[in-house]
Amino acid sequence: MPRSITTDDVAHVARLARLQLSQEELTRFTQQLAAVLDHARDVESLDTTGVVPTAHALPLVNVLRDDVVTPSLDRATVLAEAPEVEDHRFRVPKILGDSQ
Amino acid sequence: MSTEPVVPAPSSGWETVIGLEVHCELRTQTKLFCGCRNSFGEEPNTNVCPVCLGLPGSLPVLNRAAVEYAIRIGAALHSTVQASMFHRKNYFYPDMPKDYQISQYDVPINAGGWLTLPGGRRIGIVRAHLEEDTGKTTHVGGGGRIHEATRSLVDYNRAGVPLVEIVSAPDMRSADEARAYVDELRAILVATGASDGKMEEGSLRVDANVSVRPAGSEEFGTRCEIKNMNSLRSLGRAVDYEVSRQIQLIESGGVVSQETRHWDEGAGRTASMRSKEEAYDYRYFPEPDLVPVDPPEEWVASIKASLPPMPSERRERIAEMSGLPAGSEAVVTVVRLGLDDLVEAVGAQGADTKSVGGASPAVAAIAVKRAANEVASDLAGAANLERSSFAKLVRMESSGQLTSAQARTVLKSMLEAGGDPEVIAEGLGFEAMESGGLEAIVDDVIAAHPEEWARYSEGEDKLAGFFIGHVKQATQGKADLKSASALLRSRR
Ligand SMILES: [Zn+2]
Repeated sequence: MPRSITTDDVAHVARLARLQLSQEELTRFTQQLAAVLDHARDVESLDTTGVVPTAHALPLVNVLRDDVVTPSLDRATVLAEAPEVEDHRFRVPKILGDSQ
Repeated sequence: MSTEPVVPAPSSGWETVIGLEVHCELRTQTKLFCGCRNSFGEEPNTNVCPVCLGLPGSLPVLNRAAVEYAIRIGAALHSTVQASMFHRKNYFYPDMPKDYQISQYDVPINAGGWLTLPGGRRIGIVRAHLEEDTGKTTHVGGGGRIHEATRSLVDYNRAGVPLVEIVSAPDMRSADEARAYVDELRAILVATGASDGKMEEGSLRVDANVSVRPAGSEEFGTRCEIKNMNSLRSLGRAVDYEVSRQIQLIESGGVVSQETRHWDEGAGRTASMRSKEEAYDYRYFPEPDLVPVDPPEEWVASIKASLPPMPSERRERIAEMSGLPAGSEAVVTVVRLGLDDLVEAVGAQGADTKSVGGASPAVAAIAVKRAANEVASDLAGAANLERSSFAKLVRMESSGQLTSAQARTVLKSMLEAGGDPEVIAEGLGFEAMESGGLEAIVDDVIAAHPEEWARYSEGEDKLAGFFIGHVKQATQGKADLKSASALLRSRR
């Protein structure tokens, strides 16, 4: 029996997803995620020998398009949505912070 | 004539272990998942759309030409082309507006494979998978250094451009070998038509995984991943720097920690990129917006059939024609510069006995040397060099009509101004021994000494001197002895 999910696990995943959760939320989501994982464990108990793993509900492969240029968006329209613009580019805070 | 591949010797009791990840931008018209133009050097943020900007509600559709290029690369690298799927690689970095990159994870389109270095060493390929490129970030303030920047500017024209990432096995043992690998891989990628091979424009980018271990050890040391090398030269410098850094660290009692390090070309050193440990937790999961790719066998077969010969095959061919080793500098140069057709042209003009492609090995060897030296040092002139005139010149040299020195002079003149070698030689006042004159003399000498000729033909090499002596006598010392030797060998 694998260990069940802890609030530490949820805090870790939340940090990776850049989500800020309150203590109350951490507890609540831990319970909810535990239920989801329990369900997955139920499915895991089935014998799936010979069943190919399914990543898609669609019985399709090779949906391909031709290599033909289609119009891009107008730059002014695009940059109007940017929080900050400099030199026709998206301006973002410096990427690697000071040591934390 | 397989020469034993040479594994570089470790220095000072340590062995270097290098694996390379090469990102190759594909020469498609459009991006991997949308119809935006795939084009370098355009005005910032002009080739963007809802798909490559990751706007809600947009859906990616895979570019058939990108899949075809990926298969071409896989076929050229002896990989197994297989059914594959896409995953999301999740990370927060402004170069990816979706906050994930669509890549291939546990099932890449190309699995396994290898390439052969000119020296004969085979380097393993682990995989070559499809993924999308990121946007281009420029760090502003602090002299452009990433650590001291005050802000970053992002251009998404490159976001979504198709890439194939080729991951090598940790098979390289020196900086030189790493450079040779990239050089060979670049030639292969260019030959497939998938890449323009331009490292300086970033269409080919190399990351190096470098570690050291005591010589003779089977276990790998802890590796560091080196990024930001934009030429073969900086790859060599960065690897050399990193190897001595790791050896010094270990010898002074320290421990190498697994991390990503940034090569600083100006300072000539690598520096830690100080990323948090979670940065490596990409939480891959299957891309729900894309279905698997399962290229039909007939498609893969027709792509394989359409590939031109790869550099290693071309080197083998030139080696076979000329008798020179496939790893020799002259042969490598001829193939790297695409001068094979000059050598072939010499064959096309003749029907020598014991030849591959029409030119005897001695004649083809002259062609290889002239191509690798005089032609290689004047590539502008080479573009206008008539193949048939070059072939004629080589024949004039091999028959003894011109000495090697004279042939070089005539060839340089042909490269500068074109023209017929015979006319140029005459204009330069090179005393034309009658065409085929030397050949006739050599044949006479051979005919006069059937017993010695039989022994020489059986492999008694030292008798060459005997024949050359007679040729010298017959021509009163005027013959070009190198040509005479070449003729002798070609008759054997
Ligand atoms: Zn787009």
